[in-house]
Amino acid sequence: MNWLWSTYASLPFELQVTIESLIKIIAILVPLLLCVAFMTYAERKIIGYIQVRVGPNRVGPKGWFQPFADVLKLLFKEIVIPSNANRFLFLSAPILSLAPALAAWAVVPFTDTLVLANLDAGLLYILALTSLGVYGVIVAGWASNSKYAFLGAMRSAAQIVAYEIAMGFALVGLLMAAGSLNLVQIVTAQTGGIHQWYLWPLFPLFLVYFISGVAETNRAPFDVAEGESEIVAGFHVEYSGVTFAIFFMAEYANMVLIATLAVIMFLGGWHAPFDFAPFTWIPPIFWLLGKVALMLFVFLWLRATFPRYRYDQIMRLGWKVFIPVTLVWITVIGVFRFLTPFGFIFQ
Amino acid sequence: MDWIKRHFKTFLLLELLRGLRLTGKHLFKRKITVQYPEEKTPKSPRFRGLHALRRYSNGEERCIACKLCEAVCPALAITIESEERSDGTRRTTRYDIDMFKCIYCGFCEEACPVDSIVETDIHEFHFETRGDNIMTKDMLLAIGDQYEERIAAARRADSAFR
Repeated sequence: MNWLWSTYASLPFELQVTIESLIKIIAILVPLLLCVAFMTYAERKIIGYIQVRVGPNRVGPKGWFQPFADVLKLLFKEIVIPSNANRFLFLSAPILSLAPALAAWAVVPFTDTLVLANLDAGLLYILALTSLGVYGVIVAGWASNSKYAFLGAMRSAAQIVAYEIAMGFALVGLLMAAGSLNLVQIVTAQTGGIHQWYLWPLFPLFLVYFISGVAETNRAPFDVAEGESEIVAGFHVEYSGVTFAIFFMAEYANMVLIATLAVIMFLGGWHAPFDFAPFTWIPPIFWLLGKVALMLFVFLWLRATFPRYRYDQIMRLGWKVFIPVTLVWITVIGVFRFLTPFGFIFQ
Repeated sequence: MDWIKRHFKTFLLLELLRGLRLTGKHLFKRKITVQYPEEKTPKSPRFRGLHALRRYSNGEERCIACKLCEAVCPALAITIESEERSDGTRRTTRYDIDMFKCIYCGFCEEACPVDSIVETDIHEFHFETRGDNIMTKDMLLAIGDQYEERIAAARRADSAFR
């Protein structure tokens, strides 16, 4: 152990930083991927329960090893590349969709000190990376050279553009309230119990953000990009084996990301809901994880409850409802901010 | 007024919340899944599964080669050839059922004057190679011998309703 430590100390500083960052990245990604794996299990189990079934329960105790069985199955399957597909783009599309979903975690704070990169423009970085994810979908749809895949990609592109704007506006309202783009500072501004969370003053923005998040991750009831009953599987209809698994992982990683961001921005991040004894005993990170689990449950609950939106209804909701609502609420926040010196809501 | 009411409802997501409440309730309901290989649902004595040819209790096969089953079969799944046996009775020399053609309608069972061809309550069977789908007379008789008690019990249970 001592020997390892002395070699590490003798390395140049840049290399030390690289190694340290790599270890941190692994420390974030491994639990994240485990979370993604068990999210698939939780989804099947919860939706099963809601449909009065029991869900997977055969692999391992209570079916806990089901995700590993699924992964093994997908790993051993053949990757079929359609003969008229663009090989390079076809294979790079899954990576294009997974990479941003994982890279966005760089700025996500787990507690006030536990964060890989405490960027001052963290919110912008997140916005940039979550909108990059659509390239994976579009490239996949185009490179497959298939009608269904292409339709799915076009739908997904239009939908994500529409909801990106509403989401962006919701975040504008948030940064007006918090006065910062730094995610750690946004959470710090919500210190002091449940009544300080931005959930209350920004409630419409929270709803818009969360629903846009569901749309952004192409989850039911906004899953027209996949729409298995209309266009088979949409953009990933031609994908099999590992390439399909990566799309799947990207979707779930994005879900976890959206849930975490919703918690950080509106639900007080790692803060306990009440600032006194029994609640403060639990370490902050567990509060964060608990809230994220709750939001993820809502994702699954929505999927189990609502039928898929029709495509034109999705467009209507995005352009004609969400954008006006967020604009109005931004104005309201502006008025409140103007009145702040006279002792209104924000500090 | 209606306009206001409608928009009030929409913006408060009241209907969506009602839907969520319904599914939320179902989350805690008792699960009705039957864990198949360990648990099974009850079967009617009239269940029409795998075929069998029965014998009398003295060991004589029941089938008298009347070919009513062959005639009534809507899928033409049954093929029968018959000859006179040494004791002067008419017996089948060939009794084949093509299980791929069979639609399990139970007409053969209904047509049989001596209750020879029957459909048992066995439904967990499969074929592994091409050609296995043709059930010959020997196979059908073997099934009948093996499951005679079950077959007889099912027919006894159903006799009150016939």
